[in-house]
Amino acid sequence: MIPLQHELLLSGILFSISITGIFLNRKNVILLLMCIELLLLAVNFNFIAFSRQLGDLHGQVFVFFILTVAAAESAIGLAILVVLFRQRKSINVEQLDTMKG
Amino acid sequence: MSFTEILFYVFSAVLVVSSIGVITARNPVHAALFLVFAFFNSAVLWLLMEAEFLAIVLVLVYVGAVMVLFLFVVMMLDINIAQMRAGFAKYAPLGIVVALIVVGEIGSVVWLKSSGSEAVANALGASSGAAAPAAAPGYSNTQALGELLYTQYLYPLELASVLLLVAIVAAISLTMHKRTGQKVQDVSAQVNVNAKDRVRIVKMAPEKEPTAEPKV
Repeated sequence: MIPLQHELLLSGILFSISITGIFLNRKNVILLLMCIELLLLAVNFNFIAFSRQLGDLHGQVFVFFILTVAAAESAIGLAILVVLFRQRKSINVEQLDTMKG
Repeated sequence: MSFTEILFYVFSAVLVVSSIGVITARNPVHAALFLVFAFFNSAVLWLLMEAEFLAIVLVLVYVGAVMVLFLFVVMMLDINIAQMRAGFAKYAPLGIVVALIVVGEIGSVVWLKSSGSEAVANALGASSGAAAPAAAPGYSNTQALGELLYTQYLYPLELASVLLLVAIVAAISLTMHKRTGQKVQDVSAQVNVNAKDRVRIVKMAPEKEPTAEPKV
């Protein structure tokens, strides 16, 4: 039986790696999307670990819904990215300053 | 240490290494492939954590669909990698410091149990001492999850399916665009055409036929 602490720590390490990825690749939207996928994966690890340890399936149902939403999010994100590239010929985040925000 | 525990630690190490590969890869295609590898390892870990259905779903949906979509987009766009990598070394120290702080915080919370906080100890309760009850012989994770999804979570399930439909429509309508100047058939325009738009009937007097036969 794997201790719960180790599973939670694995999820924490994964989470912080992907946060670092957001810091490092802050110009590339595709890599930002990949890092978000990795973040959601880390969160799913938490849900599954607790679901196993508490003997409660509701956590796995939540993982199911998170997977659904993440798939929809990445599909729409990539579609927006393609449209953006068609308009600007670049996906550099620093050049997206048309709205002067 | 049992065999499953060894497997867990080995695959966790591979998962961590491959996710570091995702964020440091120079080429976005390599990053996407590392992410595929990370998802595969996560699926194996989920199998070890007795979430069999979700492990299969992770492989089917993520490795099979989402990552293929990512790879398509990465290969379709013409990205200037050198320009994208600018500032990588500049932000690396900050990122690493933040990551270490996050790991430290999560680790300290997780190990508070051993330092004697009662509330956390109760929350983490069953973990180390009493093992979770082993599954009954005929137990099926997929069946149990399905019974839960189609009874208690029926409305959220329907909402999720509507969300997917909206995502399909949004993605298609975002990326669809009409190009001008293409030589293609427009079938509806062809069918809708009327004879009077195309053919002009002119009334005129009959012309006199040439009578003079050439003499032989």
